[in-house]
Formats: sequence, structure tokens, C-alpha cells
Amino acid sequence: MAFFFEVVLGGLLAGVLYSLVALGFVLIFKASGVFNFAQGAMVLFAALTLVRLTEWVPFWLAFPITCAVMIVLAFIIERIVLRPLVNQEGIILFMATLGIAFFLEGFGQTIWGSDIYTLNLGIPKDPAFIMEWLFDGGLLVDKLDLFAAAVAGALVVALALFFQKTRIGLALRAVADDHQAAQSIGVPLNYIWLVVWSAAGIVALVAGMVWGAKLGVQFSIALVALKALPVLILGGFTSVPGAIIGGLIIGMGEKISEVYLGPVFGGGIENWFAYMLALIFLLFRPQGLFGDRIIERV
Amino acid sequence: MSSTGRVIGDTLLKIENISLSFGGVRALSNVSFDVRKGEIRAIIGPNGAGKSSMLNCINGFYHPQQGRITYKGSVREQMRPHEAAAQGIARTFQNIALFKGMSTLDNIMSGRLLKMKRGFFWQALYWGPAEREELEHREAVERIIDFLEIQAVRKMPVGKLPYGLQKRVELGRALAAEPDLLLLDEPMAGMNVEEKEDMCRFILDVNDQFGTTIALIEHDMGVVMDLSDRVVVLEYGQKIADGTPDEVRADQRVIDAYLGVQH
Repeated sequence: MAFFFEVVLGGLLAGVLYSLVALGFVLIFKASGVFNFAQGAMVLFAALTLVRLTEWVPFWLAFPITCAVMIVLAFIIERIVLRPLVNQEGIILFMATLGIAFFLEGFGQTIWGSDIYTLNLGIPKDPAFIMEWLFDGGLLVDKLDLFAAAVAGALVVALALFFQKTRIGLALRAVADDHQAAQSIGVPLNYIWLVVWSAAGIVALVAGMVWGAKLGVQFSIALVALKALPVLILGGFTSVPGAIIGGLIIGMGEKISEVYLGPVFGGGIENWFAYMLALIFLLFRPQGLFGDRIIERV
Repeated sequence: MSSTGRVIGDTLLKIENISLSFGGVRALSNVSFDVRKGEIRAIIGPNGAGKSSMLNCINGFYHPQQGRITYKGSVREQMRPHEAAAQGIARTFQNIALFKGMSTLDNIMSGRLLKMKRGFFWQALYWGPAEREELEHREAVERIIDFLEIQAVRKMPVGKLPYGLQKRVELGRALAAEPDLLLLDEPMAGMNVEEKEDMCRFILDVNDQFGTTIALIEHDMGVVMDLSDRVVVLEYGQKIADGTPDEVRADQRVIDAYLGVQH
């Protein structure tokens, strides 16, 4: 029994990391209806910037500097890429983000280098045992994973409040729904895009920081973004809580199926489980668990 | 909801020699007219006459190449739509532009965005002044919902509502901004007789009770003649008549434009 819980817990904690990446996608999708293919590249770029800066300045200084860099990046993207494309089709904006992705991956590695860097957050890597009172010997968890979970939790609370309770949140939802109508009620489109790309940049930084601490900062972080896709399909492209719960379900599902179905199917389930789940969702519930309902009038 | 009564005052909006073209296509050429405070001003004309373009110029979606727009006594520079909204110009669209995934309530609430003052921090805490402000906005929204008789669909996502009701919600969102100038782009297009009568009543009530100045585009001539104080007629981007409904109705060029000229 303790082993089962250990598997579940490990899965949940891995899922938190997927959720962190998915959050960045959701933010931009909510506010502009754009699927931002560059989110993975932003995670990589932020992590590289942070890790290289820590070589020069202490972490508490490097973090806000990287935040500032991400905001400047959002500003540049808004100016150069998004502003000329106002009122264009979603697919055109999507293609533009594809370009941003390639640019950022190349640019980031050009200025910061393409080696594998280790990011030390000062969190001990040794595993901890929890709930020893309940299980014999306790449950084995990674302290870094616990830290990631706490960070993700805090981010979600902040973002949920931001979207549901504030004026900017309502404006973001308005922009997501209809650019023209949003402008007519007095929402400055450019400002909203700046806000949301900055927020997505900072979420990317947090995701990059946690992933980087776990795996080392390297190019493969940009590919983690691919795992966020099934998370989004599961949770719904427009839901912040959906991104979190989708991530948890996928993280947990992967681990459980690997451990318990692996012997039957011959292992390797972890690699395709998420995509299969996403496929099933696309067939039966394309808006995901928590996404805005798709309304079609005929 | 106190009745301010109908008083037609000074010029609120003055359009002078506006010309607008897209590439080689002349959408508007040399159009001038004015809108007085408190009146209902109709812009009519056959399809493609430039009516919507005119509205888009007023609300800042289009920037005319020539001419001058004077609003509230000051000449407007190139203005973007959100700036126009901040100055009290609200509008509806020909092909309904609502936030389809949001409820009726949220849609109308979004019309009050510009009225919301408290910053993000206080709102996040939902505390003290922010709470009081939120309640005020909710009350204002509820008043509009009562006024437009859409209580039954408050919580429904607007994408699911029938067309006539969507038009009404869109009017509600524009009203929520408490505009000085309300632009309505074909508020009755595609409605049945009953829905048209309702919409007419709402437009007259808005004008009468809140003293809102209204500029509207409409195709239904009967409706236009009943509603408006003054009518401006466009054809092929040019103004061909301007005056009271009776004057316009008697104008030979208007008759020709609508019925065709006998050769």
C-alpha cells in the first residue's frame, strides 16, 4: 500500500511540473486566443538567462533581473510581432509564435551558450520521508518536487485571483473572445497583450527554474513544452485550474500505468500515455475538463 | 432611474468633410453632418453607402484620410477605439460582437470596465473600497438587465441565446458604460416584427430616460422615420440629404436612391 501511494505521490509531483508549463500556454491563449508555440522556448530562454546570471550575481538578484528580461522580451514581441497582426486569424498568430520559438531557441543559446548548466536553488537533493506515522518507513519524496508543488500552488492562487476578481482579468477574457468588441468597450489591446506575455514570461521563468534545478538547464527543457499539450487538451485551453488538474492527472496516470501496466505491455508507457489520453479527450470532450464550452449555433 | 426628459442641446459631434478610402476604393467622400446632444440621429442609405465606415470613423476603428471630427467641442486627433470609449462613445455592431463564452451578466459587466477604479491588488483581496465598488457595479448591471427585460437569461452564456436577445445584450453592454454617445449599427437587422418593436421601445426609452445621444444605422425605413429626430442619407459614400424624416422622405434624390431613377 505504501508503495502505491509512493507511486501516486511521485506522479502528482511530476505532474506539477507539467502544470507549470501548461499555465503559460493557458495565460496567452485566454487573453489572445493564440496558441503560443514559443512557450517552451520561453521556458528555455528564461532558465538559461537565470542560470548564467547566477554565475555573476547572487540568486536573489538574478531572479528579478530575469523577470525584467522576460518583461522586456514581452514588450519586444508585442511591438514587432503582435502589433502588426492585430485582427488577423488565430492561425496566422500561431505561425508567428512558431517563428518566435525558433528565434528564441537560437538566440538564447547564442548569447548564453548551449552547454548543460546546473542550477542550484539551495534545496537539498536528498529525498525525504513523510507520513512515517501512517506507513511503515514513511513515503519517499523528493524535496525539490515538494518545493515545485508549493511554487505551483502559489502561482495558481495568484493567477486565479487575477483572472476572476480583477478588472484586468475581465479585460483579458474580453480580448480573448473578440478583439473588436473588446476595443469598443475601452480595452487597450496592446497593453493587455503586454501584460499577458509578461505574465507568461514569468510563469515560464518559474517553470524553467524548477525544471532546470531538476534536470539541469539544457535544450531538452524546450521540449518539455510538448508534454504540456496533452495537459492542455485534458484541462481545457482556457482554464487555469484545468492546467493544474490536467497536469496532475497526466503525471499520476503516467506513473501508475508505467508501474502497474508496464509489465503487461512491455514498458515505455510513460512516453505515450499522455498523448493517448489526450486523443481520447479530443474524441469525446474536445473542450477539456474545465474549458469554456464550445458553442455552435446552426 | 430618474427621467431627465428629452432636451436637444448643442452640437456633441461634428463631422466635417470626412473622406476615407481603402486603396483605390472610396468609402466616404467629403461627408459632413453633426449630432446634437440628446437627439436620435439616423444614418441611412443603400447597401455599401458607407454607413458602417462612418460609424467606424467616429469610434476610431478607421482613420479618415481627410476631414475633421469635433467631439465635445474639441478637435480629435487620430484616436484609437479604446480612447474613444474612454471619452464616452459606446457602440454595437452589425454582426453582434459579444463575448460568446461569457454569461449575459459578465458581458454587461465588461461594459463597465472603464468605470472600475480600484487597482488589481485591492480587487484581489476583495476588501473594503473594492468590495463597495464591486457592489455598485453589480447594481448598475442589474438595473440594465431589468431595463432590457433579460432577467431570465442572466447566467446563460450569450452564444446560446437567440439572435434578438443577443442584440439586446449587446445594447446592454454599451449602456453599461453610461455613454454620452451611443452608436448602434443596424440594431434591428434580422429581427422579427415583435423583436423590432421591443428594440424600438428600448432605444426610445434610453434616449428619453438617460438623455443619451444616439446615432444609429438602420435599413427599415418605417423604423427610422418613427425613431429619429434627424436623418442623414448616404449614397456611394456621399451625403445626398440631411434633415427631419419628413424632409428626407420628400427629397427627390433620396427617392431616386432607394427606388431607382426613371430613365
